Amino acid sequence: MKYIDYVQLNPFQKIWYNLKQFFKALPSNIVKICKAIGRFFKKLFVGIGKGVAGYFTRFVKGDWATKLSYIIMGFGNMMKGQIIKGCIFLATEVAFIAFMISFGANKIYNLGFFNNGKIGFREKGEYVRTASGAREYLPPDDSMQLLLYGVMTVIIIALFLVIYFASVKSAYKAQQKVAAGEKLPTFKEELKQFGDEKFHVTLLAFPSLTISIFTILPLIFMILIAFTNYTEKTPFFQWVGLQTFADIFQSSGGASKGYTFVELTKWTLIWAVCATVLNYILGMVVALMINKKGIKLKALWRTLFVVTVAVPQFVSLLLMQQMLEGNQFGAFNQLFEQLGWLPTNADGAVQYIDFLGNANKWVPRLTVIVVNIWVGIPYTILITSGILMNIPADLYESATIDGAGPVRTFFSITLPYMLFVTTPYLITTFIGNINNFNVIYLLVGDQYSMDLHNAGYTDLLVTWLFRLSQTTGEYNLAAAIGILVFIVCATVSLLTFNLTKSAKNEEEFS
Amino acid sequence: MIKSYKARRIISNTVIYILLGGLGLIWISPLVYLILHSFRGGKAELATTIIPQSWTFDNYAKIFNPPDPNVVNFPQWFMNTFIIAIFSCIISTLAVLMVSYAFSRLRFKARKPLINIGMILGMFPGFMTMIAIYYLLKVMGILSMPRVALIICYSAGAGLGYQISKGFFDTIPRALDEAATIDGATKNQIFWKIILPMSKPILVYTVLTSFIGPWTDFILAKIIVGAQGPENYTVAIGLQKLVGQEYKAQHFREFLAGSVIVAVPITALFLFMQRYYVEGVTAGGVKG
Repeated sequence: MKYIDYVQLNPFQKIWYNLKQFFKALPSNIVKICKAIGRFFKKLFVGIGKGVAGYFTRFVKGDWATKLSYIIMGFGNMMKGQIIKGCIFLATEVAFIAFMISFGANKIYNLGFFNNGKIGFREKGEYVRTASGAREYLPPDDSMQLLLYGVMTVIIIALFLVIYFASVKSAYKAQQKVAAGEKLPTFKEELKQFGDEKFHVTLLAFPSLTISIFTILPLIFMILIAFTNYTEKTPFFQWVGLQTFADIFQSSGGASKGYTFVELTKWTLIWAVCATVLNYILGMVVALMINKKGIKLKALWRTLFVVTVAVPQFVSLLLMQQMLEGNQFGAFNQLFEQLGWLPTNADGAVQYIDFLGNANKWVPRLTVIVVNIWVGIPYTILITSGILMNIPADLYESATIDGAGPVRTFFSITLPYMLFVTTPYLITTFIGNINNFNVIYLLVGDQYSMDLHNAGYTDLLVTWLFRLSQTTGEYNLAAAIGILVFIVCATVSLLTFNLTKSAKNEEEFS
Repeated sequence: MIKSYKARRIISNTVIYILLGGLGLIWISPLVYLILHSFRGGKAELATTIIPQSWTFDNYAKIFNPPDPNVVNFPQWFMNTFIIAIFSCIISTLAVLMVSYAFSRLRFKARKPLINIGMILGMFPGFMTMIAIYYLLKVMGILSMPRVALIICYSAGAGLGYQISKGFFDTIPRALDEAATIDGATKNQIFWKIILPMSKPILVYTVLTSFIGPWTDFILAKIIVGAQGPENYTVAIGLQKLVGQEYKAQHFREFLAGSVIVAVPITALFLFMQRYYVEGVTAGGVKG
């Protein structure tokens, strides 16, 4: 289709056309992404190869001081007069060697390379005689701690290698500059660079440090946990490869892990679709009503809805949980009782509705979806109000002249236009709903079903993950589920996000 | 013809008013319920009617002046959360501004790879790492100082939330930087003297969101201080405990009063900054 044909389509056809194009292009996009990943690794290896090659050529071309700084870091810099810089490199090396001897080497040794994949050596607590003859109890090795220290050591080694290569490079650079007769920058001048050419290093140093310690380190650690048999009952654990994933995918019915996984995955997807689509469409309808010409008190109506967003979720959802209680204290049951909507049993006693209980599969599920509409519509109103005002008014006028009613106008003009503009927002919301922990956990609380493995029918994969790690301590299973959720989210965003404009137009303004 | 058009418009507007009124009532009624019942008097702790029968300020008095501070100590929880919020607000704001400025205005070799790493890190479910963070803090010995632990938790990863303010920095013309560079300014000076003074809206947004964060967070606080004594709770954990099975029968009204006290300032802050919020979300997630 040529561009001129495309422009002449109505918005709805445009969406349909784009959708078709998207699925047509899907295979080639998947290939593209795989290629991009391949290119990334190629680049990585080429980079490493170049680094190694440079490492050796520098050694060959270097003078004796540079050569010596391959063993004694910073020696070359010191000989060329950059005393402070050299001393810092040397101090790093000394500190690293001291760390490895006193701590690091032992932790690497404990990682299971030398004990059939078992992390640590002392499987059970034992008594030993100390030198003075007293009996001393040695508790079993805490594999969790050992693994954590091991990962930490590996990260420190990686950091050290980066500094090591930088020091070698710096020694060679100093040698070259001296050979060319240039003046070497003093330490003060080099420090000044961090306020200018190297300002990004200054800015990013602190955030990257905290992110490495408190995000990347735990993440690597938990990814590794998925390949062990670590649960609360086995504090001494070992590597088991893909066993945990195999457990999830072998679906053997009953309250097994596999059955629960399938059941909760289905529900997570249903939930994410319902929550996203319902909130989007209903929110837009309300926003349209508020913004309609001739409606007064717009600010009041908007505030009325937006207040629910503003109240902290733990307040509004815990309150909802209390109001939905399945006995005479729940506000909704009181209301329905007064309205006479509740059935009575044979003795004439009122039967209260158990909105959140797990006796029935769909009652709690319906409840969370409805409550989520209450939580979610105001967000849509907030986001879409501004965009709705931008829809050209003449579109609506001509539609009215052609005799289209409000429903027809909504589905033929508003929805296609909005879909076209807010696709990225929809994708983020969809992924946000897959990970929507608060609404489920705060609203439902601790409701379990006998048919599922440590989960209730309303649990999403992420809340199941949380319950597994917090209540029953099946850490390996929790970590494996986390990885699976990541794979789903990453695929969805990679396939859709990179194709939209917003990712490409980054430099538009600069 | 004109008359019927007018009539039709009046009818449709009336229908919309009725719909909006009804929906607005439904939306606001749980919050009205919260406020009404926080003033409920009488003997029964749990609500037996939808509209309270007697009224009192006792619940608020009790929450400000706890008769048994070892169980319910709202003032302490409030102070804890306040201190945590102030510190993590300062650290997070700095981190976010630093990262987004570097990614938006500076050009260096590692920029693209770092942005990609940030994006990938953001796709892992946050709850996955919590148990590891808990152990990490325990090993480092920080867990015995729960406030410090929570400040670290809230602000350590803050740098990853750079997208919205990066989007803002992207819109400032580069010519400004270039002019300043020609005049001899270093990049450090450009950041503090030119870009930051121009970034008031995004500064307000970042400060407010990172200040509100600790007040509304539930799950991290639950893991870090959930197992510790009540003197270490934040408001979210404390209030959740009050509606737990063991305390609900004695403290339900205090939960309601405490919720109102927390919700009012947070709601006011949010309403104040909703414009920035919308700008932020639409800047990152809507193509125009």
